[in-house]
This record gives sequence, structure tokens and C-alpha cells, in this order.
Amino acid sequence: MFVDFFYHLRGYGLKVTITEWLSLMKALSIGYSRADLHVFYNLARCLMVKREADFDNYDRAFASFFMGVENHFDISDELLEWLSKPELPRELTDEERAKLEALDLDELRERFKDLLDEQKERHDGGNRWIGTGGMSPFGHGGEHPTGVRIGGAGGGRSAVQVATDRRFRNLRSDRILDTRQIGLALRRLRKLDKDEGPEELDIDETIDSSARNAGEIDFVFRPPKRNRIKLLLLIDVGGSMDPHTLLCERLFSAAHKANHFKKFEFKFFHNCVYENLYTDISRWKGEPTSRVLKRLDHTWSVCLVGDAWMSPYELTHTGGAIDYYHSNQVTGLDWLRKFRDRCPNSIWLNPEPRRIWNAPTIHLIRQVYPMFELTIDGLTEGIDVLRGIRPNRALAA
Amino acid sequence: MSFHSFTGTDTYLAAPELRDSVNVAAALEKPLLIRGEPGTGKTVLAEAIAENLVMELLTWNIKSTSKAQEGLYVYDTVQRLNDARFGDKDITDISQYIKYGPLGQSFLTDQRVVLLIDEIDKADMEFPNDLLHELDRMTFFVNETGKRHSARFRPIVVITSNNEKELPDAFLRRCVFHYIAFPDKVEMESIIRVHHPDVEAELLQQVLLRFYWLRDLPEIRKKPSTSELIDWIAALRRGGVGTDVIESELPFLGVLMKRENDLEAVMAAHRRGRVN
Repeated sequence: MFVDFFYHLRGYGLKVTITEWLSLMKALSIGYSRADLHVFYNLARCLMVKREADFDNYDRAFASFFMGVENHFDISDELLEWLSKPELPRELTDEERAKLEALDLDELRERFKDLLDEQKERHDGGNRWIGTGGMSPFGHGGEHPTGVRIGGAGGGRSAVQVATDRRFRNLRSDRILDTRQIGLALRRLRKLDKDEGPEELDIDETIDSSARNAGEIDFVFRPPKRNRIKLLLLIDVGGSMDPHTLLCERLFSAAHKANHFKKFEFKFFHNCVYENLYTDISRWKGEPTSRVLKRLDHTWSVCLVGDAWMSPYELTHTGGAIDYYHSNQVTGLDWLRKFRDRCPNSIWLNPEPRRIWNAPTIHLIRQVYPMFELTIDGLTEGIDVLRGIRPNRALAA
Repeated sequence: MSFHSFTGTDTYLAAPELRDSVNVAAALEKPLLIRGEPGTGKTVLAEAIAENLVMELLTWNIKSTSKAQEGLYVYDTVQRLNDARFGDKDITDISQYIKYGPLGQSFLTDQRVVLLIDEIDKADMEFPNDLLHELDRMTFFVNETGKRHSARFRPIVVITSNNEKELPDAFLRRCVFHYIAFPDKVEMESIIRVHHPDVEAELLQQVLLRFYWLRDLPEIRKKPSTSELIDWIAALRRGGVGTDVIESELPFLGVLMKRENDLEAVMAAHRRGRVN
């Protein structure tokens, strides 16, 4: 049962490791087994869920696991059973195996049995120990017989009921972002490299080295480190992007404020990239796309932001541009390919949730650019692709 | 080892869940990572634990320039250089130039202490990883003297984070994690009564109503925190503002909202509210 809970949590996308799992077993063995489900709820959470963004997933996992069995789930029984026949999740890493060996299960079992005996005696003696092995007058989710409330939430509500409240829904990280969060995500976009050019005096090292050198001054120089990322941000404005204006503004202002790029440029487009790109949102001032392309090379990264939602001909036909007076000679898709060919290290961010990415044009664009949701998770994932630390698996086949 | 040791103090009201998290961390000898909005009492928690368990508190305030090494010890080469050139001290004993940081000190004491590593997310992204070994094994090596120091009493380590930076997974795995949620109205009432024991009930209700209304406005970027609310109540009482005025005018809003855009957004929402 206990191991099932471990897999259940993983099934809900929580990255619980064996190390954390064993911590929980240890905590239970050394005294927390007499806990009721309320306490277990918090105990398991504080040891295995390390981001408040995952609390909501934990709540859902907890509720679905204990729903229905909460009244006859006894933590002590479960633990005793597990300790006497420790079934472990498979796929252990060496580090985890070492951890496991360090944790002496036999000793834990003995300690736990002592604890149970002690509890039984004290219980018989009229002490107020709670919730073990079916010998306690105390259930769960209610109140202590003496009137002392146990556990986080009161009012006679069970831990499962509390979990189903989903109090942490607002902390989920797949919700949309604010400027600061975007700025933080963009900060990950660093590729520090030793720069050529004049070396700088390293004062700390100089002092250190001089002192080691018995006081004779010994200068230490080192090449400066600079961020080499060059970023071009292309943002779709107007039309179907209007509902996402606020979000795009935030992304834009965060990127604009980030001063750690070697070069940063931004342009706007409407619906799809054609002959001209614009430097203002109202699309009055423009620059030929070919000229922008010429400035770029493979050291640049391009980040396109748009819902990629249009009529197929707007993407694949010459003259298909959405603006009536505008007759494009090169198809939108070809323009997109040109950017990709020039700067292979590029991504597309889509403010629409992934589940509605079913337009034909989205499918076509995903063959050219890896596409990510414009959420904390999506942005982080996309930036990792730009940094080259995550294999690019987002391209549609 | 007792599980039920930390109970909160007279001035620090700890929710049962938080108490459990603290006690689990202490029993398992793992660092306790505390996250939550500013003003939810993250830093004060370490003080409360120290007071409650009658232990000494060592604080390590992290800055953007902090290095893990500084927490353990610093070899004061400049002082030694100075002594060698101008002083008449014996400089052959290097250990006198080893200055221990808060983390190092917490390992060297002869009783269990509470160590607060405050705002760990302020430092460089690699910072937490550099601490892993020391926090795990509670031992460190001084290169200059060739000595290894191991903690005789593993300190209770409390680490706070404002979530400015994502912390590395390897680090998180080793921590016990607790998120302090923003207090709800009932909890907030008791917090305010600690700071303003004689506040009028009517004023308090009106203020809380307005405060939570403000926090729920979606256009607000920086939500006002507990400490700002306490200041606001102080300002209102000092100014002798009546409850009806609070409702109609939202006076001294600058105490709550520190950003111009937010102020404007609140005023706009307030006007809308009055029209409706």
C-alpha cells in the first residue's frame, strides 16, 4: 500500500525520489506513525513535495488515493507491514542504494515495535495516545477525545476533504506569469563564456596570492566573462492576440529590462511574418524582414510569440497575408523557415494552452519551431532548449 | 528524541502544520526550507524556535555576493600579511587567522543551536549546491590547517526563501519543505491583536474587509503584506479616521501600496466599486 502511494504521487507528476520516500518511512518509524491522516498529509507533503506549485497536484493525488479508504487506513499497520517485508520501488540509483543501506531497516523495525508496545501500555494506562493499530479511541479528522483538536484543519473534516478543497490551486506553475517571473526565467538565459579582449585584474585572487607569496605583490589577471546570448523577440500583435496583450506586454517588458544579453532586439508582426517587421505595436514604423535577417547569424536566438492561429492560406499561399492591401510574394511559412535556417536555435511561445493547439497552422509551425506554452513551465522549458541543455523534443514529427 | 517539542511562543502563533514540519526537520536532522510571501513570518520563525527550545540562534543573512565558503570559514590572509609586515605577532599559527562563519560556528558549538540561513535565493544560483555536502554531513575541512571539523550537535537549520530564484533539485531533495500560506481573515485578526491589542472591533472588521478586497484585485502587482497592514492600522488610528471614511475614501493608501501603477489600479477599482 505504501509503495503504491509512492507510485501514485509519481503518476500525478510529482518527482518524488527514493531518498525522500525513505525519509518519510524513517519519520514514521521514529514516532510519527501514531499520527492520524491529517498529520500524515502534512508529513508526507513536507518531506516529498518541495515546491508550493506542486501542492495542488499533491492534493489531487492524496484525495484520489485515500478517498474511500480513509476510514480504515491505519498508518501503523501499513508501516509495520512494510517494515516486515520492505518492498522497494525498482530503478534505484547508486546514491539511493547507498542511502538505503545506511538506513538500517531492522533497527527501524525494532524501534517501531518498541514504540507500539509503549503506546499500548500507556494507552491501557489511560494515557491519551492516538490512532494506532485499531486500539485507539481516536479516529481521524475529528477531535481528540479530550477535546483537543489534532491536525491542521478542524471542524470534523477529514484530511481527504481538506485535500479536495484544493487550497493551493492558485500556486500552480502552469498558470500565467507576471513580469518578475518572466524576468527570472529569462535570467536563466545565460551562456557565460570567457571573452576575448583585455584581461581584468582579479583583486581577490591578487590579495590571496600575494599573501601566500609572503607579502610580495603578485598580480592575477583573468579574462572577463560575458553573456553571449543574442536574442530577437518577435511578437504577434492584434487580432486573435488581443486577449493576450497583457501577457505579451509583460514578456516584452521583462525581456527589455533584462540587461544581461549581449544583444537584444524586438520586432512586432501581425498574424504571421511577411516582408516587413514592425518596431511599434501599431505597426506604422517598419523594417524589411530581409534586412533584419541579414543582421542575424547562427549565434542569434529567435523567440517568436504568437497563437499561430490563422487560416492555412495565410501561412502557405503567396498573397495570403491577412491585410487586404498587402500582397506577399513569399509565403509566411517560408519566412518562418528562413528565420529558422538562419538561427537554428529558436523557439515559439504560444499563449494559448496546449490542449487547444489543434489548428492546422499550429501543426505546420510546430514542424518548424519547437513550441512551448507561455507559462512558467513552458517558458523555462523553452529557455532550456535555447540554452542547449535540454534536447529539443518539442518539434512535431 | 522527542517529536513534539516546538509549540510556538506567546508572540509567534504557529499553525499545527508548521509545528509538525519544524519537529520533523529537527528529528530527521534535515534543513527546513520555509517559503511564503513576504511578511508571513519566515524569518521570525527561527527566532521563535530558538526561544521556544531555549537554544542559541545563529543568523546568516545571504546577499547576492554571498559565497558558501564564507559561511564555513574565511582565511584572513590580509590580516596575516599585515601582521607579518608590521606586527610583532607570531604568524606561524595559521588557525588564529581562520574566521568561522555562521555555518562553521553552528558545527563547532558544544550544544545544539538554531541556524537561520536567511533568504537563500538572494545568492547565486549555484550557492545552494555548494552547501549540499556540509548540510548533509555536517562536517567541513579547513584546507589551511588541514583540520576536519564535524558537528557534535547537529544544528536545527532553518532556510528561508522568497522564491526569487528556483532552487536546485538536489538541494530541495535534502530539505523538509514548508510553505507558509498568507494568513486568512481569522488568523489575521489574532495577528493584529498582538500588535494592536486595543483596536476597535468595528475598525478592525472594516480594515480587514478592505485589505482582502485589495489583495484580491487581479491588477495589483505587489500585494500588500501583513506588516504593511499593521502600519496602515497604526496610521488610521493615529489619524483618527472613522470607519465610514475608510469605506468611502481609502485614506493613507500609500502605506499599503508602494507602486504607482498599483495605487492607480486600486483607485480605479474603488471608483468602479462605488458606482456599482
